[in-house]
Amino acid sequence: MPLSVGCTACPGRARDNKTGSWRVFRPTFKHSKCTKCGICSLICPEGCIEVGADEYYYPNLVYCKGCGLCAQECPAEDIEMEQEAK
Amino acid sequence: MRQIIEGSHAVAEAVRLSRPQVIAAYPITPQTHIVERLAEMVADGELNGEYITVESEFSALSACLGASAAGSRVYSATTSQGLALMFEVCFNVAGMRLPILMTIANRSLSAPLSIWNDQQDSISLRDSGWLQFYAEDNQEAMDLHFIAYRVMEDHRILLPAFVCFDGFILTHTYEPVDVPTQDEIDTYLPAFTPYQKLDAQNPLSFGMYATPEYYMEFRYMIDQAMQRSKDVIGKAGREFGEQFGRDYSSLVEEYRMEDAETAVVAMGSVCGTIKDSIDEMRKKGKRVGLLKIRTYRPFPIEEVKKSLQSASTVAVMDKNISLGSRGAVGLEVKDALFGSDISIYDYIVGLGGRDIRKKDVAAIVDLAEKGEGNLFYGLHEEVL
Amino acid sequence: MVERDIELLECGHRACAGCGLAMAARLMLKAVGKDVIIVSATGCMEVFSTPYPETAWKVPWIHSLFENAAGVGSGIEASLRRQGRSEKVVIIGGDGATFDIGIQCISGAFERGHDITYICYDNEAYMNTGIQRSGATPYDASTTTSPAGKHSFGNTRPKKDLPAIMAAHGSPYVATATIAFPMDMMKKIERAVATKGPCYVQVHSPCATGWGFESDQTMTIGKLAVESGLWVNFEMVNGEVTRVKKVVRKPVEEYLITQKRFRHLFRPVRQEEEIAKIQAYADRNAEKFSLDIKQQKK
Repeated sequence: MPLSVGCTACPGRARDNKTGSWRVFRPTFKHSKCTKCGICSLICPEGCIEVGADEYYYPNLVYCKGCGLCAQECPAEDIEMEQEAK
Repeated sequence: MRQIIEGSHAVAEAVRLSRPQVIAAYPITPQTHIVERLAEMVADGELNGEYITVESEFSALSACLGASAAGSRVYSATTSQGLALMFEVCFNVAGMRLPILMTIANRSLSAPLSIWNDQQDSISLRDSGWLQFYAEDNQEAMDLHFIAYRVMEDHRILLPAFVCFDGFILTHTYEPVDVPTQDEIDTYLPAFTPYQKLDAQNPLSFGMYATPEYYMEFRYMIDQAMQRSKDVIGKAGREFGEQFGRDYSSLVEEYRMEDAETAVVAMGSVCGTIKDSIDEMRKKGKRVGLLKIRTYRPFPIEEVKKSLQSASTVAVMDKNISLGSRGAVGLEVKDALFGSDISIYDYIVGLGGRDIRKKDVAAIVDLAEKGEGNLFYGLHEEVL
Repeated sequence: MVERDIELLECGHRACAGCGLAMAARLMLKAVGKDVIIVSATGCMEVFSTPYPETAWKVPWIHSLFENAAGVGSGIEASLRRQGRSEKVVIIGGDGATFDIGIQCISGAFERGHDITYICYDNEAYMNTGIQRSGATPYDASTTTSPAGKHSFGNTRPKKDLPAIMAAHGSPYVATATIAFPMDMMKKIERAVATKGPCYVQVHSPCATGWGFESDQTMTIGKLAVESGLWVNFEMVNGEVTRVKKVVRKPVEEYLITQKRFRHLFRPVRQEEEIAKIQAYADRNAEKFSLDIKQQKK
């Protein structure tokens, strides 16, 4: 694609950078004690925790960097961090 | 309508007629009469735009950058230290391809502090990606504003421009000028149509950074736009001539060059003095001519080559000095004539407001013909 | 209106894991919505979100230089006014761009009274260039240009009181907030944007990399800053403090000990005098802002 004039860009292309490869720890959303409060989604620095049709929250592991904030801040302690298998 | 007005007020009239929507400027001698007049026009409703009284030149150009990106035609004016303070923003504006017009009331740079004229300020921004026009008189200064807006807002160009005219010598001098009517300028200069803009309906990111994978290509694109602008300037100048009777179709202007053996090359108001001096020398039988450079960026290398090819001696008068090297115009003329056997000499003149008289021009022509050059002309040797 | 579910910062940005700034950017966008133009100073947030062509911003966004965001914002606001457009102008800068290099442009823009909101995401040092001190770096923090050493406890000066400076410009609304209290932060930004005239919000944004803590501790440390009294969350309307988040205060060392930048105050030996000086800053805040919640006697 030809370069833009003046180095501008339309939204959308950040998603080409799949930051999930950075992850060392993976969040597991157990959905057992979850109250669907959405704190995890609100505070996720990546904005990669999405709500499903069942109103539960799911991390998008294509982008999740594994920071662990969702697990740390979950009021129901429903999220666990586990080391990624090599 | 023909009026006898001060150069700064002539420029202010040209700005008013160009209908800028946002003006941001900071006062600095000798630019002040332009911005004061514009402020009066806004206060009286003669100019329907926002006038931002910024706290510095740095913010003046930054505000212009924002307003241009948001889709407005913008204007600023500065000189010398003010332009130096804008240095960082200047490169940024050109790289972001924002067509911003600034008038430069050419003045020397400190130290020592001097409010008087030379062209060191705008010359020092030669690599910034701004088109640079130099006016010989107030009529030309005025006309170049209309031409500059048309050229830089062309979607093939999208570059900012300086219209430079000499501080005090032109800014504070009353001359007769032909002030076009609003209808005439509206015909010549269409309303600004931004190529792209900040707009919530169509979100874009401006001013991203480029990795080594892309940076060179972005810089190349700016240079290509500069090269393309030569034709666009020519066309805009020719059409201006067709409408107003004053032709600017060439990036240079020749004066009595047809059979000249010695050619003087210069930019700005000194060209008027040079023309008078040439008339006197011609009366004495000397075959001398002038090549006036009106557009320094892009540099009209082909026009310079063509114009000077039949001269045997060239004397370039530079109102600037690239310290440790030579005058900026002289270097480019030498580049244009590379490989020829024409003798080319550079003379640093008129720094910090030192007068250049007709007899100085004649003396420089004599020096060049004797093969003495590449020097500061007119130094007060007794104080050195 | 704060829209919790609106997502205007794209995934794929390059912020560190657990980044407080990325949280701040997302929350800010939820508060300001789509009808906005964002002006960004150079800094971490600009760099992690906009390598060409991979912009993370789904709203109009512009970056020019480090120190001119408020000048650029002034021009955009004037242009929008002239065009009769509705977008709000929100200027964002880190503490270096705001407290230090950009303060002249900010002062000019606020004095002129543009209808803009300036948000400083404050992570208390120049993180993008490698954790150098700024005018926002707290007392005794070790940075790469104020390192703790045999003859130094780190940064020798307390944090500049920028909210007071902005209020002194006649700003109608000045507030401090933290990513650790997201709803409060979003409400303050919403209020700033809705208030006509130049408004200022300073958002405490802990930095895992620069302060030295684990990436899941960003919120915890942000809360501790408030609970210790070292960061005060307040609102000022027309120069008067109108609301303060009161706390049951914890000793400052509970905050300090969580971060590598203050480690030299505890190891190899505990620096009682220095910790006491920092406690005194918190005590002064508590007095000035009446921070302490009076505990009821049982």
